[in-house]
Order: sequence, then C-alpha cells, then structure tokens
Amino acid sequence: MHFAFSEDQLRLRDTVRNVLAKECAPEVVRRVWNSTSPLRAPVWNTLAENGFVGMAASEEAGGMGMSEVDLALMLEEAGYAGLPGPVAETSLAGLLLLEALGASGAHSQWISRICAGEATVALCFRDQQLTLHAPVADAVLVAHGDALYAVPRAEAGLLEQTAVDRATTIAKLGYAPADRHQVARGPAAQTAIELAYERAALGNACILVGLARRMLDLAVTYAKDREQFGKPIGAQQAVQHHLANAAGRIAFAQPVVYRAAWALANRDRHGDESRREAGLAVSAAKVYAEDAARVVAKIALQVHGAIGYTIECDLHFFMKRVWTLAPFYGTAAEHRARIGAHIL
Amino acid sequence: MMNLDFSEQENAFRAECRTWLEANVPAHSLPSGDTREGYALHLEWERKLFDAGWSCVSWPKEYGGREASLYEWLIFEEEYYRVRAPSRVTQNGIFLLAPTIFEFGTDAQKQRILKPMARGDLSIAQAWSEPNSGSDLASLQSTAKRVEGGWLLSGQKTWSTRGAFSDMAYGLFRTDPSKSRHHGLTYCLFPLKGDGVTVRGVDRLDGDEGFAELFLDDLFVPDENVIGEVNKGWEVAMATTSSERGLSLRSPGRFMATATRLIDLYRRYRETCEPALRDQVIDAWIGAEAYRWYTFKSVTDMLSGKPIGAESSLNKVFWSEMDVRTHETALALLGQSQCLDEGSDQAVDEASWIKGFQFALAGPIYAGTNEIQRNIAAQRVLGLPRG
Repeated sequence: MHFAFSEDQLRLRDTVRNVLAKECAPEVVRRVWNSTSPLRAPVWNTLAENGFVGMAASEEAGGMGMSEVDLALMLEEAGYAGLPGPVAETSLAGLLLLEALGASGAHSQWISRICAGEATVALCFRDQQLTLHAPVADAVLVAHGDALYAVPRAEAGLLEQTAVDRATTIAKLGYAPADRHQVARGPAAQTAIELAYERAALGNACILVGLARRMLDLAVTYAKDREQFGKPIGAQQAVQHHLANAAGRIAFAQPVVYRAAWALANRDRHGDESRREAGLAVSAAKVYAEDAARVVAKIALQVHGAIGYTIECDLHFFMKRVWTLAPFYGTAAEHRARIGAHIL
Repeated sequence: MMNLDFSEQENAFRAECRTWLEANVPAHSLPSGDTREGYALHLEWERKLFDAGWSCVSWPKEYGGREASLYEWLIFEEEYYRVRAPSRVTQNGIFLLAPTIFEFGTDAQKQRILKPMARGDLSIAQAWSEPNSGSDLASLQSTAKRVEGGWLLSGQKTWSTRGAFSDMAYGLFRTDPSKSRHHGLTYCLFPLKGDGVTVRGVDRLDGDEGFAELFLDDLFVPDENVIGEVNKGWEVAMATTSSERGLSLRSPGRFMATATRLIDLYRRYRETCEPALRDQVIDAWIGAEAYRWYTFKSVTDMLSGKPIGAESSLNKVFWSEMDVRTHETALALLGQSQCLDEGSDQAVDEASWIKGFQFALAGPIYAGTNEIQRNIAAQRVLGLPRG
C-alpha cells in the first residue's frame, strides 16, 4: 500500500498548473464565455504543444502511454483553471477509445490529430439526451449499441443549446448512424465503449474536484479580504464553519477520486474482481466529487454574499461549470444506483 | 509509484489475525464495557488479546507488540471489527496515553506503565475536562503543589471515560500559578483509589456508568508520575489529542463494519422500508469507503514524513457525522421498533442500533467538539484569522 503520487506526477501537475495559471486566467474564460461563436481557448494549443493533450496515447500513436493516475491531477488542474472545452473527453476517454478501436483503420487520423492538438472530440454514450462540447469539438464519438461512430461535427446534426455555463457548448445530436463513420462494432467495441464511459466519469470527477478547490480558494481569499463589523468576515465562526465544511468535502473527495483513477488504471490485475472494484470506485468518485462541487459552490456563493450573485465576480464561471458538467457520464444519482446494484 | 494493493506480507498478516480472531472472539457479545461487570469481562478479553500478542500490534516487541506497520495495524482493526470483537476498554490508555509515553516518557515509565496497561492489569482513564473547562481546556484550574518527592493535586475533573472502574487517570494540572492558560501546566498520572481522591460515577445518555467525576484533595503523586517536562504539559497533551482526532481513535475498520451491518439490515427490510432509505444505505457504504481511502492516504503521508496536523480536525468531523447518519439510517429501517431498548423481546439485534446511535451522538462532542474542530480547520488549514 502506497497512496501518493510520484515526484514525476507532481512535477507534471505543477507544470500544467503554471501553464494554466498564466494562459487560462479568468479573463480568458470570460472571453470564451462572451464569444458569439463556439471558441476553443487558445491555451489548448499550448497544452497540445507540450504534449499534455495526447499523453495518454501509446508512444506509437504519438503519446506517452500515461495512465489515468497520471492524468488525474492534470484534469483536476484543468477544472481549477476553468479550462473550457472537452478536455477529459479528448485527452482521456475519447483518445484511448479511438486507439483501442480505430488505431489502424480509416479513423486513425483522429488519433494523430488529437495528439497534435488539431482536433478535439465530444462523447455521446447510450441514450445521452445532450452532448457536451459538441459545437466546439471536431468530431463526436457516438456509441450506438455495440458500435462506435466517429462523426465529424458538420455531419452530427447538431441542434445547439445554451448551457448555464456559456463557456461550455452543448448540443442535441440529430444523428443517424452511417457506415462511413463506423469505427468498430461487436463485443470488443462494446467493452471499449464501457471503459470509455468509466474514463469519462472519472475525468469529470477530477475536473469537479478542481472546480471545488478553486471556488474554495476564491471564497477563502474573499473572506480574508472583506471586512464587516470592523474585521474580516473570515474571522466569524459562522463563516469559518462554512469554509471548513467546504474544505472537508474536498479533502474526502480527493482520495476517493485518486483511488478510482488507480483502480481504473489497474482494472485488469485480478480479472473480473478488479474490474468490478474499478466500476464501484469510479461511481463513488463521481458521487463524492459531484456532491463536493455542488456543496462548495453553494458555500462559496454564500460567503461571497451579493457580489457572488453577479456575473462581475469570477465565482460564477466555476459554479456554472459545475452545474453544467455534473450531470454528464452518470449523475450522482445514477452512480449511487450503480453502487446499490452491486452492494445491496 | 502509487500502489493501492496490499503487499504479500500485509495479506499474510491479515490472514494471521483473521484466523486468531475467528478462533478466539467470544461467541456471545459481552455486556457493555461501560458497566462495572462488563468492564471486568472486557479486561479479561484484553488480557487474552495481549497474551497472544494482538493487543497493540504496532508496539515494539519488548512492550508486547509485534512491531507491525501502520498499515498492518489498520488491517488488524478491519479484521477486529469485522468479527465484532469486544470494544476496547483499554483504548484511552493504549491509543491516547501510550503515544504520549512513547514520545515523552522516561524508560522507567515505559517499563512501568505500557505492558500492564495494555494487558488490562493497570487500567488508566483520561481526565481532560473540568466542570468549567471543556472546549476551553486551557482555562483549567486544578493545581499541583510542589512537595518533597512529588506533587499534591487538587481540583475536580469530569467526564472521565470509565473513570469509575479505572485504577489511574491522566490529565493536566497547573504547576506554575504565575502563568496562565496554556503555560505552566504539567501532565500527570494519578491514582483513582486511596486517600485524597473521590470518584463518583455518572450515568451517560445510554444509561451506562461510562463517565466519572473525580474530586482531588491534596492527592499525592510522586515525581515519577509526571510525563514530560514540568510546566510543559500543554505541548505534551497536544501530542495525544492529535492522535485522538486522527488515526488512532477511529480506524476505518469500525465504520466499515457498521456499514456492512447496515447493509445486512437493509436486506432484511428492503421489501417493507421506504424506498428513499436505499440511497442513505448506499451513502453509508460510500462514506466508510471514503474514510478508508482518506486514512490510507494519510498513512502514506505520515510514513513519508508529512505530519497529519490540523487536517485531523476535518477527519474527526467527517467520521463523527458519518457515524451518526449511519445509525439514523438503521433506525429508520427499523420503523417503530427503533425505539426499543435492551430488555425488550421485540427489539431487533438486541437493541444494538439505538445503543449505537446514542454512542454515535457523543462523537461530535468528545475529543474536541466539531465546532472546535471546524475552528481549527478554518484557522490552521485555511489560514483564516482568529475571531
């Protein structure tokens, strides 16, 4: 038992953190938020140039063969920065799904384009009513039964919607499966799709934890700064206890999420038993990360008071990102039900 | 490299303790260890545990331990609670006093106290609180007056867990009257029997005589009963309280066992209970898992030399609130029979849930109330100003 990230993993996190702090500051998020056409954040190119986007792909495919554990902290940082766009979908779930099923076929171009930072992908699983990021992604990976389709955006029949987080695009797909888009079909495709779903849920959990951390930091900074009754509001126990509760949620969500990343990266080590364990771990991670992010959002808003209830304050970027991402790749309720089916 | 599997050695350790526990745990649960007769029976069990080397697995061999790693200790705890072995009536000695003695005690104190305490031959209770000093422990007023060869203790201590049945207790005394609050205090062990001390049992919420008030009137203790430096008692005590909040008081095995029992209970009531309770049962299971992984991560941090520190305050809030919720869920599953206490033939599982619920309600109060823990977390983890 050794439950810690390696020095290399922490260094990678720090690098990503620094890049994002510089190039994905709130004014960048604001620009994406305010743009009238779907806009990919410029920082995406910097991340791709540094190899962060394609690092989960195998070395043959132009990546670094990095695991879910390596990516967990990077995705958490993406959440912390409020990086807009399909980051978990592209860099983790979609990329590995394409590599598993389409590495040599007609659709392999997507893999190299993702690794080069030229393309991003959105994910549409099963009976998903809406597809996150589809209007900004270059392709939508559509899972239909036991088949996977890689659909260029223009052919996916997008009916654009408006999410509460304006920096995140969203659409309903009007797509009928077409053979020319089919990447694979059959039991192997089915298995790979299920795994991609786990990865998307995990990736979302990592981002939600990062968002929660950011909102807590904003609230703590504000509570130290804002004075009422002649002292910082953060000196009041009522405010301190809200913030301590928020910190507690994050402190307990993190190990659950990291453990899920490890369980998913090592899912095959004991056959079916460890695959079952990984599924339960991912569901617990999504439940804890989503609940933490939702609770911290409310606390951060309450601590900010009226200023937090405006769109002049940066806080709303992160709250609305939570409300937009959280329902995807299994809501907390769906993941609870999945756990219940196993343990009860 | 992160590795969340237990090693071969750790798995072998688990198998070994499981085998011993399954063969030796009393077939019928003992009467509450917070009653006089139950306490004596629990001490007998503690003796059996100690003699087989399972009382304090992480201690050095010379004090009766087996030098197990922290992870092995957690494994032992998981197995211990899994088989529903008796609650540890020595706990405030072996988990709270012992770490202090290991850190601050003299060799003679280690020899004199550790083994007899762990074997249940010398039972030692905590005596932190005073009638006017609970959360604000540093306001305590009990004094120790210097006399030849030792100290005369005077004052009143309260909420001393199992103090009514114990041989000795440990607590803080004001040794330098010119200093105030955290300064000028000394950490002392003192007898609970003999001249100069009166012990009055106090029945707890659940009716057991689990508490005691201690009245000290020029009670003599020799110098050898002082742990750590004179007038440095606060620093010595703080070392114990962080063990109390953090790892050693509530290992995850306890909550995993409760969650497992809750799942069993749910299976018996699933057809008749309110559907909404299902999610609460699932949350109890997730909570116990979360606490387990949080703890494993903390242990890796500790082994890498990172102190747990103020984060243990968040830990204490988490487990104590989780324990209350888990018991509330169990009571809800039981419907009307949830209110039945011991002695009712209609009570389910010997009324253990209502008993456990009342004990769980103490969690947010003892070892520093959750309000104090939140203050600590806000000020020392988040860096917010003191009010």
